Amino acid sequence: MVARRGAEWLPLAEKVLAHAKAEGASEAEVLVSGDDAQLTRFANSEIHQNVAETNAQVNLRFVSGKRIGVASSGRLDDDGLRRLAEQAAAIARNVEELPDWAGLPEPTPITDVPAGFSDATAAATPEMRAEAARDVIAAADEAGVTAYGSFATSTESLAVANSRGVRAAQERTSSQLITVSMGPDGGTGYAEQAAIDATVIDAIKLGREAAEKARSTANARAIEPGDYAVVLEEYAVVDLLDMLGYLGFSALAVQEERSFVEIGRKVGSDLVTIWDDGSDPAGLPMAFDYEGVAKQRVPLLDGGVCQGVVYDTQTGARDHRTSTGHGLPAPNPYGPFPLNMLMAAGSVSRDELIGGIERGLLVTRFHYTNPVHPKLVIITGMTRDGTFLVEDGRIVGPVRNLRFTQSYLKALEGVSGVSRERKCLRGFLGGVVVPALRVDSFTFTGATEH
Amino acid sequence: MREMTDRALDTAAQGGATYADVRIVRRTEESISIKSGRLEGVSSGETEGFGVRVLVDGAWGFASSHLLETAEIDRVAAEAVRIARASATALRRAVNLDDRPSAHGTYETPITEDPFAVSLETKIDELTAADAAAFGVKGITFTETSYAAQREHKVFAASDGSYTDQTITHVGAGVEANTVEGDEHQRRSYPDAGGGWQAAGYEFVRGLDLVGHAGAYAEEAVALLSAPQCPSGKATIILDPSQLYLQIHESCGHPTELDRVFGTEASYAGTSFLTTDKLDSHFRYGSDLVTIVADATAPGGMGTFGWDDEGVAGQAVPLVQDGIFVGYLSSRETAPRIERRSGGAMRADGWNRIPLIRMTNINLLPRPGMSLAEIVEDTDDGLYLASNRSWSIDDRRLNFQFATEVAYEVKGGKKGRLFKNPTYTGITYEFWRSCDAVGDERSYVMLGTPNCGKGEPGQVGHVGHAVPGARFRNVQIGVGKW
Repeated sequence: MVARRGAEWLPLAEKVLAHAKAEGASEAEVLVSGDDAQLTRFANSEIHQNVAETNAQVNLRFVSGKRIGVASSGRLDDDGLRRLAEQAAAIARNVEELPDWAGLPEPTPITDVPAGFSDATAAATPEMRAEAARDVIAAADEAGVTAYGSFATSTESLAVANSRGVRAAQERTSSQLITVSMGPDGGTGYAEQAAIDATVIDAIKLGREAAEKARSTANARAIEPGDYAVVLEEYAVVDLLDMLGYLGFSALAVQEERSFVEIGRKVGSDLVTIWDDGSDPAGLPMAFDYEGVAKQRVPLLDGGVCQGVVYDTQTGARDHRTSTGHGLPAPNPYGPFPLNMLMAAGSVSRDELIGGIERGLLVTRFHYTNPVHPKLVIITGMTRDGTFLVEDGRIVGPVRNLRFTQSYLKALEGVSGVSRERKCLRGFLGGVVVPALRVDSFTFTGATEH
Repeated sequence: MREMTDRALDTAAQGGATYADVRIVRRTEESISIKSGRLEGVSSGETEGFGVRVLVDGAWGFASSHLLETAEIDRVAAEAVRIARASATALRRAVNLDDRPSAHGTYETPITEDPFAVSLETKIDELTAADAAAFGVKGITFTETSYAAQREHKVFAASDGSYTDQTITHVGAGVEANTVEGDEHQRRSYPDAGGGWQAAGYEFVRGLDLVGHAGAYAEEAVALLSAPQCPSGKATIILDPSQLYLQIHESCGHPTELDRVFGTEASYAGTSFLTTDKLDSHFRYGSDLVTIVADATAPGGMGTFGWDDEGVAGQAVPLVQDGIFVGYLSSRETAPRIERRSGGAMRADGWNRIPLIRMTNINLLPRPGMSLAEIVEDTDDGLYLASNRSWSIDDRRLNFQFATEVAYEVKGGKKGRLFKNPTYTGITYEFWRSCDAVGDERSYVMLGTPNCGKGEPGQVGHVGHAVPGARFRNVQIGVGKW
C-alpha cells in the first residue's frame, strides 16, 4: 500500500487547529505523521520474521499564553480530534507558565526535496523483499556460510501546521538492508546499505561482501588489548558521528554545559569536516523538521574546528537566533539533534588507509557502544564482524573481538587518513554519509572469546 | 471486540493460515518532565490498533494497522497471509508450535491509586518540589525530574479458541542532579538512573518520597566533582541493587533468550554464549549462591502479566539454580526445539509489533544470611558501586563493561570516601562465579527498566528485576585512560 501523501494530512491538521482555537488556544501546532513500514528478517538462511505496519499519529502542542500542553492520539476521526484538543487544553490549563517560552516558529521557505521519495520504495512488496533475502542467502550458500539480516522499506508522511501560518508537508521513503554472515569456524562478516530507492540496494553484492568477510575471519586469534592504529570502516565511523551528534552537536547540550563544543575550538585533525544537511540526496533527506521549520545546512566541524550546533525554536530563542530546522516532536526535553549528518570524503583508497599502518587493526564495525563520560566523549564498545591485524601496511589475519574505551574526540584528533569513497548508512540519529578513517591511536581495554 | 478478533481470525483461516492470532491493543500514556525548575513538558497520548500474526505453509506473516475498521481488518489479515507466503519462499525449517492449553480469562495489575485519576496539579506539585530540592543545592548545574505512567489494555485471540483480556499499568518517577565543571560532568539519580519503575499505581510514586531524597543525592553529585578518580586494578566490589539489576539484565536476561540462542537476533544485537549444549552439560554459570528465576508472577514487576502475547500463562522459570545453568526464556516456537514447553516469555511492544522472547522479571533470589549492609560490614577492602551510568556487552554476552554514578570506598567494613567515574569489566561467567555474597530478604527490592531494546523493527520492553545486592571478588575496575 502506498502511503497517503503528506499534503493529504494538512486538511486534518487544519481541523485540529480549529478545535484548538475553539478551546481557547493562543497558539497551536499540529504534527501529523504516518508510517507505512515493512521489514523482512532472515536468520539461519531463512526468513523467520516478516512484518508490515500502517500507522498514523496526531500530535497537538496547545499554547495558552505561556502555558503548554501536548497530547497525541492515533484516532483521526472527528470525535478523536476534538477530544485531542480538549485533552491538550486541559493540560495547558493545569501547568505553570514557561517564563522563557519563545513562541511557535514563523513560516520559513521550504524547498521540496523530490529526491527524498521513491515510488518504487513506497510500492515495495513482501515478494520483492523476500527476493532480496533469497539473494543474500544464495551468496552465503555459495560461500559456505549462513546468512542473517533484514530488509526494511518505509514511507513516512509528515505534515506540520501551526497558528502562525506554518504549513509544511512531505513524504519520504527509505530502505535498508543489513546482513551478517556467520561461518562454521567462528568467522563473521557484515554489510549494509541504506537508500531512498529500495531498488538500488544490491542484495547480491551485500551478501557477497558479508560472506567473504565471514570466511576471512575464520579461526581468529587472540590479541592483547592496548593502543593500536586503526582503520575504521564506514560501518564503524557511523558510531563516531552518532555519538558526537547525540552528546555534543545540540544547542541544548551546549546550553546545559554538557557538550564538548565551543565555537572555534579545535577538536579534530585538519581532515575532519562534518556538517548536517537535510537537502543532500547523498543521505536520507528531510526538507523540514518536526516544528515545520526548513532545514538549514549547518557546519559542525570544519578542518577539525567546532563551527556550530543545531537549534530548534526554543534553544534558538535562548541564543537570540532562529531555529536551524532540527526540532523534534513536542514535548522534547532532549533538545534538537542533527538527523542528516555527512562527513567530508578524503583522497585515498581503503587500501591506502591500510597501507599507512605499520602495526594496527582494521575494524569493520562497533557493537553496543555507550558513553562512559559524555563530556569527554569517552565511549566503550566492542568490535564485531571482522577485526583484522595489519602489519607493514597489509592485512595479516583475523583477530578476536576487542573492547575499546576511547575518547572519540581524541580519535578525531588522530585522524590521519580519510577515504575518498563514502557510504550512506543509517545511524541511530538518522541517515549518515561517511568515509572510512585511519586513526593513529585507539585504546582497546579488553578482549572476548570470539 | 469479539467480532473484530473473530473476523481477523476467519479471514486469516480463509486465506490458508493454519494458525492465527490477533491482538487489539490500546495504550494510554502520560509524562511529565521538569528541568532545573522549569516545567519542560507535560503530555498525554494514546495509540490503538491491532496486529494479526499468521502461520501459512509453516512460515510467519504479520501485519498491523491503527484503523480498527472492518475493511481494514480484512485487508490486514489478508496482508499477513500474503507476507507469510512470501516468507515461505525462503524457509528451511517449518515452524512447529507447542501445544499449550487454550487461554481464557482476564488479568489486571493490582493498584491502589489509579495514576491517571490523580490530578495533574498534584503530580506536578510533587515533582516540582523534588526538583527544587535538588536544584537548590549549591553547585548543581541542572536537574531533571520525570514521571511517566502507561496503561495497556489488550485483547488476545487465537485460532485455537483462546481469548484473554488484560489491563496492565506501569508507573515510574525519579530525580537526577547534574554538576558540570570544566570537562567534568557528574550525576546522581534517585531512586535509580532513569527513575524507579514498577507495575503499580501512583502509590508507588508516593512511596519513593522524591522530595525527601533529592537534596542528599544532589549533594553527592556536587561532592563527586572533587572526588578522586576511581582507581584501576583488581578489587572486591559490592553492587548496590541499582547497579546489580542491570548486570543481571545484560549478562543473564538477554543471553537466556532462546530466540537469540537460535540466532534470530544475530544481525542486530547478536547471539548468546549460553548455547543449548551448555544446558545439557549443566554449565556452571555462577557460584553456588547464584539462583536466578524468570518470574512473570512477581508482585510489582514490570514483567508480570496473566498471559504472554501468545496466550501462555505467566509463570516462574528457573534460569540458574545454585550456580548451574538450567533454563531459558522461551516461546511456543522455540521451546519444542529443546523438548520443553513454552515458559511464557513472548511479549510485543504494542499492536504494531510481533511478540518476541523478552525478559519477564529476571530475579536474583536472596540468600539467607547477610543483609546488604552486613555484606559491607563483612568486607575489609573494596568498592561499593551504585546507580548505572553506562553499559555495554559483546554480541555473545560475554565481555561486559559498566560504569556507575558513584563508588564508595569500603575499608574495614565501612563505607567511606567517594570515587568518581567508576567502571568495572569482566567476562560474564567468570564474574558470576566470583560472587561470594548475596543479600538476604531484607535487601530484596523490585526494580526494572522501561527501556529494554530488542528486535527489528525496534521494540522497547518494560522488564522487572528483583535483586538483593551482592559481592564479587577479584574484579577489574577503573578501565581506560582518563
